[in-house]
Amino acid sequence: MDTVFQVFNENLYLIYLLLFTVVLGFEVISKVPTVLHTPLMSGANAISGVVIIGAILLIRQAQPDDYMTLVLGAIAVVLGMINVIGGFAVTDRMLEMFKKKTKK
Amino acid sequence: MIATSLINLSYLIGALAFVWGLRLLSSPDSARRGNTLAAIGMAIAIIATMVQPMAGASNNYGWIMGGMLVGGVVGMASAKKIQMTDMPQMVSIFNGLGGACATVLAMVELMHFYNGTQALGSGQLVIVLLALLIGAISFTGSLLAFAKLQGLVWDNSLTLPKHNLINNVMFIGLIGLTVYLFIQGFSAGVGLAIGVLVLALIYGFSFVIPIGGADMPVVISLLNSFTGLSAAAAGLIYNNQIMLVGGILVGASGTILTVLMCQAMNRSLWSVLLGGFGGGAAAKGQESGDQVAKTVTLNDAAIQLFYSNSVMFVPGYGLAVAQAQKALKELDDLLEANGVDVTYAIHPVAGRMPGHMNVLLAEADVPYPKLKDLDDVNAALPSTDIVVVVGANDVVNPAAKDDPGSPIYGMPVLNVWEAKHVIVLKRSMSPGYAGIQNQLFFHDKTKMLFGDAKDSLQKIVSEVKTL
Repeated sequence: MDTVFQVFNENLYLIYLLLFTVVLGFEVISKVPTVLHTPLMSGANAISGVVIIGAILLIRQAQPDDYMTLVLGAIAVVLGMINVIGGFAVTDRMLEMFKKKTKK
Repeated sequence: MIATSLINLSYLIGALAFVWGLRLLSSPDSARRGNTLAAIGMAIAIIATMVQPMAGASNNYGWIMGGMLVGGVVGMASAKKIQMTDMPQMVSIFNGLGGACATVLAMVELMHFYNGTQALGSGQLVIVLLALLIGAISFTGSLLAFAKLQGLVWDNSLTLPKHNLINNVMFIGLIGLTVYLFIQGFSAGVGLAIGVLVLALIYGFSFVIPIGGADMPVVISLLNSFTGLSAAAAGLIYNNQIMLVGGILVGASGTILTVLMCQAMNRSLWSVLLGGFGGGAAAKGQESGDQVAKTVTLNDAAIQLFYSNSVMFVPGYGLAVAQAQKALKELDDLLEANGVDVTYAIHPVAGRMPGHMNVLLAEADVPYPKLKDLDDVNAALPSTDIVVVVGANDVVNPAAKDDPGSPIYGMPVLNVWEAKHVIVLKRSMSPGYAGIQNQLFFHDKTKMLFGDAKDSLQKIVSEVKTL
């Protein structure tokens, strides 16, 4: 039990950050009209591509002759980049359609 | 010191851009700016990660740039090439790749841990295992969701007998094995870790197998939130705040979206995951075997539409498949020119994803105010002259209102039978995506017009032009 308390006390800021972000995520989304659900899901999906940052950090820290890490890291960068670029581009294409049309 | 502060400031700005971007995405007027803002935030974060000072790091920029180039080109090309109708699949596959990225990262950490080049505390080990599991499930689950929506795999072809039981056993096994791996720590070895990975990948497939039909968007949304969580777990591994914030934001928003979608269909998440659709539906179809649906000729349909006061279109997935949105808009323009009041009825789950129809109709330049939502439509229906159902089925099925035995009983539907006349454009009498026969087709007020939606609409357009 002591370890649990210790983890809790040591990571208090992290726990605050987690909880506030969860509340923020709920609040921001719950006001979205149905018509925007698909673009929103797509936009959120692009944001989840933020995992690419981990892949960049991994490669930067790797030894230049550690080919296993470099190759796997590069694969991770490719996957993450497809998610990021494709995600934002697809969302933009969808939202292009929502441009205000001049009324007759 | 200044450099570090600048980097941290960049991450902070990036995280704020994510939050504010999502907020702007929630209104049609600002949505596009919101997406751009989030993309800028991502760019700032990536650049900051590239230039962040790291003591003794060998950087290997060539590997990073190469990967970014390949991924960027592939991502851009597929995003540009994809048809609007295939959008849900695309989102699904992008999402799966994000999950795969997190899984690869977690696997590399585990390999370093087991070959002794890196120590992991027990807290870190838990996080790495979480990123591995969630990312892997999201990866294969999204791939199967893609294959199903793309029509590469038929919904029920892979379901085993007692599939849900198998899934549950596999899930418990997966958790058990992961806990064992954790307890064993270093002595477990990399082989067992690979075993966990493989089992998680299989579970991702298996968990999406029984889910089909109208429930697919719900699953994609759920898997989207999984990818967010795996990104957040990876953020904890690298102690990177923006990964954590971005991942958790997506995890939370994906969860809420999933719940909202379930509400629109009046189904619980639980019944979606158990794959409740189908089943008793087959028996229902038999009963209507001896009933005859009335048909209408193109000429009659054109005349009826042209001389009515109000027409309401109900677009469904059939419209999307037939790429008929432009033909529909052409008919709309012709009718408007004759003083007919034309509106579009958008069911919350019309198409394959909430909002899917809006995107398609916007592509055909249908003005936004003409699209009416469920409540407005049902209020306006009794005073509407003609309803034209274009490739929609389950969302106009009266069984949802009056047949407690129907699998879609309780789902809010468009009460089109309350209008004065109904014309249904449909390829054949086959049941809808949920596999249920539709009594609307045999209703007194209903007339059928068989054929490809685009083809039929174009023919009606030319008939109207001759009037």
